[in-house]
Amino acid sequence: MAVKVIIPTPLRAYAGKRDSAEFKAATVGEALGHLTTEFADLRKHLFTEDGKLRSFVNVYVNDEDIRYLSKENTPTKDGDTISIVPSIAGGCR
Amino acid sequence: MGTITQSPTGTKPATLSNDEILRYSRHLIMPEVGMDGQLKLKNAKVLLIGTGGLGAPLGLYLAAAGVGKLGLVDFDVVDFTNLQRQVTFGTSDVGKFKSEAARERLSNLNPAIEIQAFETKLTSENALELFKDFDVIVDGTDNFPTRYLVNDACILLGKPNVYGSIFRFEGQATVFGMPDGPCYRCLYPEPPPPGLVPSCAEGGVLGVLPGIVGSIQAMETIKLLLGIGDSLAGRLLLFDALGMKFRELKLRKNPNCPMCGEHRTITKLIDYYEFCGVRGEEAPGPDVQVPEITPRELKSRLDRGDDIFILDVREPHEYQICSLKGHLIPLGELTRRVHELDSSREIVAHCRSGKRSAEAVDFLRKTGFRKILNLKGGILAWSDEVDPSVPKY
Repeated sequence: MAVKVIIPTPLRAYAGKRDSAEFKAATVGEALGHLTTEFADLRKHLFTEDGKLRSFVNVYVNDEDIRYLSKENTPTKDGDTISIVPSIAGGCR
Repeated sequence: MGTITQSPTGTKPATLSNDEILRYSRHLIMPEVGMDGQLKLKNAKVLLIGTGGLGAPLGLYLAAAGVGKLGLVDFDVVDFTNLQRQVTFGTSDVGKFKSEAARERLSNLNPAIEIQAFETKLTSENALELFKDFDVIVDGTDNFPTRYLVNDACILLGKPNVYGSIFRFEGQATVFGMPDGPCYRCLYPEPPPPGLVPSCAEGGVLGVLPGIVGSIQAMETIKLLLGIGDSLAGRLLLFDALGMKFRELKLRKNPNCPMCGEHRTITKLIDYYEFCGVRGEEAPGPDVQVPEITPRELKSRLDRGDDIFILDVREPHEYQICSLKGHLIPLGELTRRVHELDSSREIVAHCRSGKRSAEAVDFLRKTGFRKILNLKGGILAWSDEVDPSVPKY
């Protein structure tokens, strides 16, 4: 058992076209660390140069926004799902 | 959560004609709608921002359902690439204003309702004036500046904003701007920088997807107008068409939101292009300035026999549509495959429109390539200016 990270469509190109990945992780930050180590191209899309999560990328543990939990220190347990939800604007013209 | 206050302008019809009773029969025999509900719809005014992919099912279903007044805001013109998903339009509509073509189609579907076409771009100057006469605003636009503008105008006027957006195989939908509910800025305080998230024109979209997400927005709009069911307000619905999965995330009102929080700092509409860091959507252009060559110059130099290496930075599936017989290295693989290029030769990079190749040229110049040019306007311009037998896509 591990934590499942769901990779959204716009970011799959930077994650070997994968739609999800599983890691052993005790916090959200740890899981995202594993994710961006495995898929280095993802890093600049998720984190700023000084390592902060970008403001237009929302991260959820199950259905809760980590901004209202403990942000990247939010603990995770086996079977949790982490969703990365970037803003998309398409309508589409 | 659910009911909305309808604007008190004009006299409200208190009855349905016999023709209307027949037309709306399948609504009238449902207790959840009934005569009261159908009259609510008849007295309702809904403004659609965008009449494209999301706007198509929205317009069709809201008109068919008997929403008394529909406003359609779009400055764009129907083109052939729209027809794959914008099902309001037919082939004979190509070249017409979208708002007017949609008005004609929807009037034919339901002559009993009032439809107003606004052939205009939604701006900070006209948004409040346009929105004020409508009960519900539905956001079916395609760009970040307009989405923030729609959100802010809805919050300033206290109107619900039925939100939907799509990308390739994925959609999002919710309802913003309900009393005590979150707004778009609670979800995304800031837009992504330009270039980091591809647009539909670059990323593509499966034609059915806007049909599904737009239909969800239409359903949420009708529920709001009728005051029935559980609204999506406070929930972000995520739809993955490939996995055929619907998921739902909790959406909270941000107490520190600059727009709808207790201590709001935004009290009027701002310059949304500046806020989103884009110059304007009519002229997207490359985000970086790099040396360029026009298609005609390139053609004459190739005809002269100059040694020029053509680098195509599109994706393999685009190469299959058409090509200039260049060496294919997709932009995303360029850092890994830069060794395939000879920096002593003159290189012209191209993509579809010149945007991705500008990034490629910028990157290659930074890594030491000096004799590298971007093909201005990409393969689209090549088709226009040099060889019309190359298909445009």
